[in-house]
Amino acid sequence: MHSPTIESPLPPSPGAKPIYLKDLDFGVLAQCIHCGLCLPTCPTYDDTKLERHSPRGRIQLMKNVAEGRLDVTKTFAEEMYFCLGCLACETACPAGVDYTRMFEEARGDIERTGVLNTESRSWIRGLLLRGVFTRPWLLRLIGRGMYLYQASGADRLVRKLALIRLAPKNLQELEPLAPRIRPDFSDDLIGEIETPAAKARARVGMLTGCVQDLTYSHVNRDTVDVLIANGCEVVTPRMQHCCGSLHGHNGEIEIAKDMARRNIDAMERSAGSLDDLDAILTNAGGCGSHLKHYDHLLDDDPRYAARAVQWSAKVRDIHEFLVTLGIVKPTHSLAEPDGKPLEVTYHESCHLCHGQKITKQPRDLLKLIPGVKLVELAESSWCCGSAGVYNITQPEMSMKLLARKMANIAKTKASVVANGNPGCSVQLEFGTRKHGSDVEIAHPMTLLARSYRGKRQCGFQN
Amino acid sequence: MPHLVQDIAAFIPLDRILHSREDLLAYGYDGTAALHGVAAAVVMVQTTAEVQALVKYCAEHGIAVVGRGSGTGLSGGSVPSNGCVVLCLTQMDKVLELDEKNLTIFVECGVITAKVAEIADGVGLLYPPDPGSMRISTIGGNVAENSGGLRGLKYGITRDYVMGMEVVLADGSLVWLGNKCVKDVAGYSMKDIFIGSEGTLGIITKILLKLVPRPQAKKTMLATYSRMDAAAETVSAIIAAKIIPCTLEFLDKITLNCVEDYAKIGLPRDAEAILLMEADGHPAAVEDQAAKMVEIAKQCGATDVQIARDADEATRLASARRTAFSALARVSPTTILEDATVPRSELTKMIRFVQEVGARHRLKIGTFGHMGDGNLHPTFLTDEKNLDEMTRVEIAMKEIFDFAISLGGTITGEHGVGLAKKPFLPAAIGEASLGLMKKLKAALDPKGILNPGKIFD
Ligand SMILES: Cc1cc2nc3c(=O)[nH]c(=O)nc-3n(C[C@H](O)[C@H](O)[C@H](O)COP(=O)(O)OP(=O)(O)OC[C@H]3O[C@@H](n4cnc5c(N)ncnc54)[C@H](O)[C@@H]3O)c2cc1C
Ligand code: SF4
Ligand code: SF4
Repeated sequence: MHSPTIESPLPPSPGAKPIYLKDLDFGVLAQCIHCGLCLPTCPTYDDTKLERHSPRGRIQLMKNVAEGRLDVTKTFAEEMYFCLGCLACETACPAGVDYTRMFEEARGDIERTGVLNTESRSWIRGLLLRGVFTRPWLLRLIGRGMYLYQASGADRLVRKLALIRLAPKNLQELEPLAPRIRPDFSDDLIGEIETPAAKARARVGMLTGCVQDLTYSHVNRDTVDVLIANGCEVVTPRMQHCCGSLHGHNGEIEIAKDMARRNIDAMERSAGSLDDLDAILTNAGGCGSHLKHYDHLLDDDPRYAARAVQWSAKVRDIHEFLVTLGIVKPTHSLAEPDGKPLEVTYHESCHLCHGQKITKQPRDLLKLIPGVKLVELAESSWCCGSAGVYNITQPEMSMKLLARKMANIAKTKASVVANGNPGCSVQLEFGTRKHGSDVEIAHPMTLLARSYRGKRQCGFQN
Repeated sequence: MPHLVQDIAAFIPLDRILHSREDLLAYGYDGTAALHGVAAAVVMVQTTAEVQALVKYCAEHGIAVVGRGSGTGLSGGSVPSNGCVVLCLTQMDKVLELDEKNLTIFVECGVITAKVAEIADGVGLLYPPDPGSMRISTIGGNVAENSGGLRGLKYGITRDYVMGMEVVLADGSLVWLGNKCVKDVAGYSMKDIFIGSEGTLGIITKILLKLVPRPQAKKTMLATYSRMDAAAETVSAIIAAKIIPCTLEFLDKITLNCVEDYAKIGLPRDAEAILLMEADGHPAAVEDQAAKMVEIAKQCGATDVQIARDADEATRLASARRTAFSALARVSPTTILEDATVPRSELTKMIRFVQEVGARHRLKIGTFGHMGDGNLHPTFLTDEKNLDEMTRVEIAMKEIFDFAISLGGTITGEHGVGLAKKPFLPAAIGEASLGLMKKLKAALDPKGILNPGKIFD
């Protein structure tokens, strides 16, 4: 009988050295006392029961990287991309651990060292993060192309003829996920400055987002309708840039900074100055959580630091803003034709509930709508698997989470799922197609707007 | 290394044998501050047969085996010794049987404590032991640590609910101990030896637990104090008045402010201390007890006593209390928690002593705990990089232990000895008692492969 070789100390750690994590304040990393209370809220731990796929495990790895015991290895990098970035762990953590910060710096290191680089990954990332999502006109042009592709019925034809199989595997998987693109963009639907009939209660800046703008521009129109109905003057800068959250969460910290600067400039151009606004509003949970952190993001930029602080102080999620402002009671009933109340359930976008701790306001608003009955969704704050581009990069875990979400939705028997984030809407709409459900996915602003207007449609076919 | 992994792969699928550097680092700790170790491999077992095969293999080759549940232990029990095999039990999580006729539930060791509680609740029953970590701790870990909880005063601790267990012994053989009978004196009560054995005597794979009927009514109260020792006096007075509430939980000012920072449930931030009190049982008895407790609290100097409006508010208070330890980590980089326990009549002396020690050594101490059990968690809020302060922490810790022992108390009420309390054990229990433990260990684990170096060397 041989005696087994026992491996200790650790094998070498073939990877690169970190910069961002290394510079991160020791306090941020030491904040985690590895108590484990966050584990049951983490979707990747729940599914695998493996410590490495838990917040505590990931923080421990990041700490080891920062302290030089582990390099930025491929395994470490894959782990940090297996994380959804859903931030459920941040809500659960009593110790106040700033997971977002660590996670973004870790992904920053991963991209800077290039441990995950393969030709196709670099190409796609370069194209999307550096090319498309930094150029609003290009994004819209592509959106237009996709609209024509879908509107002409070409998508169905391509699918039918199985032409899609000719495309590379990644694209094949992506195609059915692709949301329906809107015929109009926000700029076509919303004036740069819109003013309510009576004297304005507040003057607000409106951020139209990029995914929201491409796929749910009507939600932006609905949001402005709701704001006008609530007596707000709305300033909507033209050709807005992506807020940079995609870049921030995906390790492109420098581009994220650039996007932040451009957004601040654009808002100032349209509004006069940030001083002239009572609030800067977003209706996309994922963006809001990032937009509120421009102050951290730009704190080392002498030209923008002060304005970024001002910016962050004014950014509000739309639900949060309306509740603080005191909402005007919506008028028309949305009850079903047979008089039964419209049953609506509410799915919480991770970055609204965990990132911004906004959970009560959207529910309060929905409950105000005449003819609407709010039914609670089990595990409403459990990630739906959309998680930015996670549904593209980690399709398997993403689809498991979607199935779990769709099952919970089915149990409510509601006919509408309200949620405040376009990323979730794309995922949930895909879920309805995949799981054969006829539930409608709607933004709370759309439901509110319908009630104020007394009809479904905003400017165009809805 | 390949040998070890290859060998184990003969009886456990390769994808459940973790040995990458990243995985080993992620299993290098438990919930205890400043303890780390690196295993040679971490094996995710799923069946008793796999546990047996693994333990047998390790016994044959003299490799240490460290059992691990969810790694929330607070004395370093599941921190790996270098080069050991970690036997991780979180994937052994099947609920095997709920027996409503005999009021028992039979589970695998990796089932989460809260799940047992939920299942019991679903059929009108109660599984009383509810450690602060219950949403993630495993039942196996609870049994191995003999964990307490927030209801220990009235309902007792984990030991009081274990009716039987399946154990893999140090040579890989299997025994079943106990049964569903409420009475059983057929020989030694062997299962009791494994309760609280911290993974050093055997790996507990299945557990038969006792459930009790869920009390019909419950009342939760929050008493506020401007002096810490007044809260301790209240506890002693309630018990002296022959009232046994189910919960008497204490939080001092630092702790309650940390908890409030996290949970935002409206705790009185300027109080010096609060006492979370709960009575349960028959509705009339609960009303009566609660009224008496309010009265006693006020007599002992409570400045205010609030009664929870509804079940939701009561749950919010208890849940917030459970986060106390982790919430204290907000204050400083290093959080070192103690577990000194004294007879309940001595609580006031103990609380005063902890305050005095903190002041004398210029240390920040947040204290909370299961006051009804005499079990306090004085927690040092410090910085491991400040060596001078760490020296003072060590002296203060020793003084607290010595004082607890002098009052007839113990160095650990529920977290176990593990690595963290090992140096203090001989003084706490004496040579004779320690010698007996060592004999038992040598008899059950002659090669010393099960969690070596924990409790004693
Ligand atoms: C926030 C927080 C609050 C806590 N509150 C309490 C509390 O109120 N009361 C209390 O008593 N404790 C408390 N604890 C401590 C801890 O949660 C308990 O000791 C718990 O029982 C550990 O369970 P675990 O599954 O995490 O076990 P682990 O930490 O993984 O293991 C604990 C010990 O048990 C051994 N072990 C684990 N499973 C088995 C098995 N199946 N067979 C044999 N040995 C095994 C391990 O080797 C180790 O020695 C708390 C911890 C935290 C972090
Ligand atoms: S992140 Fe927070 S909850 Fe999770 S282990 Fe660390 S301290 Fe505990
Ligand atoms: S962000 Fe989500 S997936 Fe990532 S560690 Fe936290 S809870 Fe888990």
